[in-house]
Amino acid sequence: MRYRMRMPATRSIFDILGPVMIGPSSSHTAGAVRLGLLARAILGAQPERATITLHGSFAKTGRGHGTDLAIVAGLLGMRPDDHEITRAFEHAAERGMQFTIVEGDLGDVHANTALLELSVDDSTVEIQGSSVGGGEVLVTRIGRFEAYADGRMPLLIVEHNDLPGEIAAVTRIISGSGANIAQMRVSRTRKGADALMLIETDTALPEAALAEIEALPGVLRIRAVPAV
Amino acid sequence: MAHTTFAELLEAAAEHGSIAAAALAQEVLESGDDAAAVRSRMAGHLTVMREAVALGLTGTVHSRSGLVGGDAARISDASGGPLEGVAARAIAAAVAVAEVNASMGRVVAAPTGGASGVLPGVVLTLATDRDLDDSAVIDALLAAGAIGAVIAARTNLSGAAAGCQAEIGAAAAMAAGAATEMLGGTPAHAGHAASLALQGLLGLVCDPVGGLVEVPCVARNATGAAVALTGIELALAGVRFAIPFDQVAEALASVGRTLPVSLRETALGGLAVTAAARELVGD
Repeated sequence: MRYRMRMPATRSIFDILGPVMIGPSSSHTAGAVRLGLLARAILGAQPERATITLHGSFAKTGRGHGTDLAIVAGLLGMRPDDHEITRAFEHAAERGMQFTIVEGDLGDVHANTALLELSVDDSTVEIQGSSVGGGEVLVTRIGRFEAYADGRMPLLIVEHNDLPGEIAAVTRIISGSGANIAQMRVSRTRKGADALMLIETDTALPEAALAEIEALPGVLRIRAVPAV
Repeated sequence: MAHTTFAELLEAAAEHGSIAAAALAQEVLESGDDAAAVRSRMAGHLTVMREAVALGLTGTVHSRSGLVGGDAARISDASGGPLEGVAARAIAAAVAVAEVNASMGRVVAAPTGGASGVLPGVVLTLATDRDLDDSAVIDALLAAGAIGAVIAARTNLSGAAAGCQAEIGAAAAMAAGAATEMLGGTPAHAGHAASLALQGLLGLVCDPVGGLVEVPCVARNATGAAVALTGIELALAGVRFAIPFDQVAEALASVGRTLPVSLRETALGGLAVTAAARELVGD
C-alpha cells in the first residue's frame, strides 16, 4: 500500500501556526512523539519492552532529528512539546521501560515509518505507523490487521469473530450511549475469521457502553484509545 | 475551514476591518471557542516564540550533530553591517529560533519546524521596534495563520511535498503580509507584501545536508526574514506586485509539483550532494 501525500483542508489557523513542538522536524520529531504516544494509547499501558524498527527516512536521518528519542518519549507518555524529550532514554531507564532501536526495511510504505513491537504483561502487540507531515500520524497496522488510526479522535478498536450482525450490535450500543460515530472501518484477515472494527467517535464512549460491547458474544477484546 | 483564497480573505477583511479580525472571526466560527479563548491560545504561542528567541540569542544552543549553533549571538553582537538596526535584529531573532529548533528546543511550527524562525524574527522584532503591545502581535500572528492557510489550500506545506519554497517561502509570505498590516498597511498592502516576498523565493529547493534540519535551513531562516522585510518595505512604499497573491500561491504549488524528488527533502540534490556536504556527514 502506498500513501499519497494528503492535503487535508486547513481546519484551523493553528494547523498552520503550530504545533508547539520540540524541534527540529515536525515529521521526524513531533510526529514521531505522537506515533509513540498513539501506540502507547493503543496498547493501553506503558510498554515494559519495546523494539522499534525505523524505516526509510526515519532510519536514514532519524538520529540527527531525534526520532529515536521522540518515539521513546511518546511511549513514555510525553507530549511533542515536552522539554524532557531530549532525556527520554534516561527517563525510560528510570521508569523501567526496556527498548531496542533497529533499522530495517518495512517494504513499500511511507518513507517515515516505524514498526513498534510493544510488550506488557506477557502480551506483545505490533503497531506500525507513519509520520505523514506537519506532526500528523497514521497507524496502518495493529497486530495482524490493517488499520487507519490518526489519533485525532477517540477510537474504539474491537477484535471480534467475523459473524453476521456483529457490527450492528456494536453500533447499536454506541448509538444507545449517545455517542456519535464519526468514522468506521472494518478489516478482517479472511472471511469468517477474526476481524477488526475501528470506530472513531466525536466523544469518548462511557464505561458502561465499553463493558456492554466487551460482553457481546464473538467479541475477543476491545481497546478504547483516547485522542492524542 | 480557514479561507482558501486570498480574494475571500480580502472580502472578509473588508467586512471585519482587517485580515487579523477576519482570521479571528473565522477561527471562532470553526473552533466553537470564543474570541478571547482563541487570542489566549495565540498568546501562548507568542510566549513560546519569545522564549525561543531569547534562548537562541544566548548563543548557547547547538544541534546534536554540531553542524549549527551560536550564530544568532554572533549576528546580534556584530555592528557596522549594512542591515544594522531593526533588520539585523530581525535576522538574528530568526536565526535564534531556527537554532533552538535544530537543537531540540521548543518552537512553534510556522508553518514548519525548519522554517519556524522567520515569522517570530520579523513580527516580534518589528513590534518591539515600534513599541506595539501584545495585542497587536497576536493580531499579526492570526493574520499570518490565515495567509499560510491560503497557501496550504494549494499545496502541502512541507519540503517533501513542494520544496523549501513551501516552508521558508510560505513563512516569508506569512510574515510579510502579517507585519505589513501590523505596521498600518491595508489588507491590500498585506497581499502585495506577501506576493513580493513569495515571488523572491519561488522555486527554492529543499536540499538539507545529511537530511538534517540544519544546513542550509538555519541560514534560510535568515535570508527568508530578509526577503520578508523587503516585501514589507516595498508594499508599505506603495509598490504593487502585478500577480495577485492567489496566483503566486498557485505558481508555488505548480512549481512544487514539477520539482524533481531529488530537491524535495531527500538530500539527493542541491547543497546536500556538494563535496563539502559529503565531507560534513562522512559519506
